[in-house]
This record gives sequence, C-alpha cells and structure tokens, in this order.
Amino acid sequence: MVSLNGNVFFSDNVEDFPTFIKSAYKFLKTDYSKFFKMDNLSKLAFLAADALLKKENLNEKENNIALIFSNKASSLDTDRKHQASIENDAEYFPSPAVFVYTLPNICLGEISIKHRLYSENSFFIFDRFNAEHLQLYANSLLRNGKAEKVLCGWVDFDENSYDAFLYLVEKEGKIEHKTEEITRLYNIL
Amino acid sequence: MSELKEELKAKIIEQLNLEDIVVADIADDDALFGDGLGLDSIDALELIVMLDKDYGIRLSDPKEGRKIFESVQVMADYIQEHRTK
Repeated sequence: MVSLNGNVFFSDNVEDFPTFIKSAYKFLKTDYSKFFKMDNLSKLAFLAADALLKKENLNEKENNIALIFSNKASSLDTDRKHQASIENDAEYFPSPAVFVYTLPNICLGEISIKHRLYSENSFFIFDRFNAEHLQLYANSLLRNGKAEKVLCGWVDFDENSYDAFLYLVEKEGKIEHKTEEITRLYNIL
Repeated sequence: MSELKEELKAKIIEQLNLEDIVVADIADDDALFGDGLGLDSIDALELIVMLDKDYGIRLSDPKEGRKIFESVQVMADYIQEHRTK
C-alpha cells in the first residue's frame, strides 16, 4: 500500500516485494531506467521519495532539500547477497552491482541524483523509529539555514519485510514539527 | 556462434537488469555502451565478472573491456577464441 498525506493512492495484494515495487513504479509513472538496477532498499526509498517530491514542483537545476533517513536493518538485505557471493572460495564471484549497495546511505545518492538535491544528507541506524532524532536534526538544519526543506523518515528493508515513512518539513509548514506528531503519523500508517 | 550470441544477449538482459528489453531488441552490432543499450561503468564490471564466471576468461587490464564489450558480435568473437569453459 502507498499513501500520500493519509490518502491511499496505490495498493496491491501481492506479497513479494519485487512485484509490488514494480507495480508501484509503473503506477507512479516514474520513468527512470536506473531504477531496476537498484537494490531493494534503494528502490523502496527512491519510490517513496519520488511519490512525495513529485508534488513539490522542484527546480530543474538544483534543490536545497536535505535528507535525513533512518532504519533498523541498515543494508543487511544486500549485505547478505554480497556475503553469499564471497563465502565459497571455489565460486568467488562478487557482483560489483550488488557490492555498491552494501551501505544504506547509497539510497540517498539515488534520490539526490534524480531530484538534483545538492544538500546535506545523513542515514542513521536505530533499534526503533526515532522521532526525537529526526525532529532535532531537521530543526537544526532549518534553523541554521543549511536547507530550505528537509525530507525525513524511516526506510527499512530486511528479507521480505519492509516499510517506508517519509515526510517533508520546512520552516513555515501546516503541521507543527514535534516528536508527538511525527510518532502519531508514523503509527497510523 | 549464433547460439552464443543469443546466450550473451539473454545474460546481458538478466544480469544487468535491463527492464522492458528482450533478446530480439538487441542486434548483433548494437553498441552496448553510449547511445546503444546505455550501459554504465558498473555494468562493465559486471560483464568482466560474467566473462570470468561463465567462460573462464580473466581480463587483467579493464581497458581491454572497452574493445571486447563494443557489441554482442565482438564479445562473441572474443569468447569463442579465448574461452576455457
């Protein structure tokens, strides 16, 4: 299921992630050939960000939107694939295309390239969704003029369990950026 | 040789995750990089691994790849001559 501002705009009953994300990609009409070369975490983060940023009328040359993402599983899903390709000496053929995704923050690069974000970005690993950290870091960036807007959230993928929750915050927004509100929004989805 | 070229096209599509492209879309002489299939530097590294894994060909100099990966035809000629498996 994919929702924007509380409204579900895409759902599919398929259970496996590759089928789901491909259907969502086609539904969103996200025309980006490199998408199919990404690992699962990057596909999830990229499409979630695309659904949200599409509505923002972004500048074609440069956008000052910082990224603060977080999750629990880091890049474990891809790390396991890489490990499987190197654990047998007789069949030692690591894939360069897999290896480049063995860091969670690579997904931030994919988003930045697509939307021309020349801004700060960070990826944090926590045991649980951490609204306090997102709130403090995003507010600091906005207060210090490091970014005009901040795309924050949680993008987690491990085996076939996944979830993505992103929101865009700016100085003069409609909803107050406080931890209780962030947690409430995360929990209702 | 024709069988090898078809095999290479299928492997390229599958291993490089080329979406919405089928074997029939790739002509023997189509450029694989640049304006052709639009492959990138990571794809080139994947092709080097594929040569090693599937055909027992090790490229000591990655620059050799530029010539060998010019098209499916050039790749097939090279594999035919140098394969060890």
